[in-house]
Amino acid sequence: MIRVTGLRRAFGAQEVLRGLDLEVASGEILVIIGRSGGGKSVLLKHLVGLLRPDAGGIFVDGTEITRLGRSALDRIRERYGVVFQGGALFDSMSVFDNVAFPLREKTRLRAADIRQKVDEKLAQVGLEGMGGKNPAEISGGMRKRVAIARALVTEPEVVFFDEPTTGLDPILVNTIHHLIVELHRKFRFTALVVSHEIPEIFRIADRVAMLHDGIIVDSGTPEGIQGSTNPIVQQFIRGEIESVPAGR
Amino acid sequence: MTDRGAALAQPLPVRLVGGLGALVLDVVQSLGRFGRFLVQALTYAVVPPIKVGRIAERIHFIGFRSLTIVVLTGGFTGMVLGLQIFLVLSRFGSEAFLGPAVALSLIRELGPVLCALIVTGRAGSALTAELGIMKISEQIDALTVMALNPRRYLIVPPIIAGIITFPLLTGLFDVVGIFGGYLVGVELLGMSEGTYFGEMQTFVDMSDVMTGFWKSLSFGIIVTWVCTYKGYYCGHGAEGVARATTQAVVLSSVLILVWDYFLGSVLP
Repeated sequence: MIRVTGLRRAFGAQEVLRGLDLEVASGEILVIIGRSGGGKSVLLKHLVGLLRPDAGGIFVDGTEITRLGRSALDRIRERYGVVFQGGALFDSMSVFDNVAFPLREKTRLRAADIRQKVDEKLAQVGLEGMGGKNPAEISGGMRKRVAIARALVTEPEVVFFDEPTTGLDPILVNTIHHLIVELHRKFRFTALVVSHEIPEIFRIADRVAMLHDGIIVDSGTPEGIQGSTNPIVQQFIRGEIESVPAGR
Repeated sequence: MTDRGAALAQPLPVRLVGGLGALVLDVVQSLGRFGRFLVQALTYAVVPPIKVGRIAERIHFIGFRSLTIVVLTGGFTGMVLGLQIFLVLSRFGSEAFLGPAVALSLIRELGPVLCALIVTGRAGSALTAELGIMKISEQIDALTVMALNPRRYLIVPPIIAGIITFPLLTGLFDVVGIFGGYLVGVELLGMSEGTYFGEMQTFVDMSDVMTGFWKSLSFGIIVTWVCTYKGYYCGHGAEGVARATTQAVVLSSVLILVWDYFLGSVLP
């Protein structure tokens, strides 16, 4: 279980996270929604240890990770898989080598076993036979799927998805969402998905949390969030433009 | 009142001192980070696991792929030296010293410096751009969250490759340059081959070769250190990568010349 308490982070004079509290239960799919620039990706970078907070704590199964050294933090990260917004595929490697990379570097598996695992994972994301391609030769949707395959190949306990469907067409958005649910059902990892695909994201979430102005303003089941009385949540879900001050 | 507002409310002398202090702190911090970057890389270079495959790939990238340009520039540098030094020496009737003059200029000075400048332009700039693009496309973050140390993969191999390839490329530059001087002095201007090479053996000794070797070795470290540092800490977007690449080439070139003078004054 991941617990975030009073997380604060400022970049210069701009305070992005302002005492954020959050809990992610083991095995659930928690979706964090919120406006662009609201701090969702910054929160995610704190959770995976890429950024350190100014104040507050992040507890992973009771271990406070914000003050850990590199090697202790790496032991926590070994339980993680991360799907970056742009995929973050290594462009000097083929699709196969990208997915095989964590296995080659972090395990002592034989080449034949690695090949089998990678082929299996590529098949699960619908990319069988694409291993020889270069990331630059495949479409945006395929790159996202390769990134998902790479994040899951080490069978992590927790998978972070940073806007996994941004820039994709509606059919691909649903394909990726369906893939996340299917893989979650199969491997039972804890998933934290940062997204603003409304309302599609409600179909895959166990729980939804709304991040606004550096804090979680509301959280609950997808139905609960959709019925929330919080005007910020409703405004976001309905995609309403903020009210324009009188006289303009 | 905002921080900026509060700062503007201060009297001018206080603001000037404050600005100067901030600048000094910034410079000291940057220098500290720059130095620490190299120390960490050199530490990882001797502590396993060593990424042999990545080092070999970087040797190929920095060394093998620079061969053509090094041979080309080395050859023409030697030819220019042969021509110009011959013209000067002929005024004093000392053409016999063309061989040692070309060889000493190349081995002690021009070989290491020009070779380093050329490799900076060809491979150093590419190193910075590659790392910068990896940074802005979150590939470095991807390595970090895989619990892999990005510096072992991205910084240590080029630095080791620089230490190995720069002296070898410089050696090649020197040999081709001496041959270029031979072409002009002997084949074109009619000097005797025996004089060109014979006098060279008399005047060039091992300390000259070692001076060139130490220079090229240190340039290998400087260029790969500066270029990887600038790429690793580049700014945002395409503009950040472009700026980092320019800074890497300029800073490497300046440091090569400064360090060359320093080494030239302390080495025998």
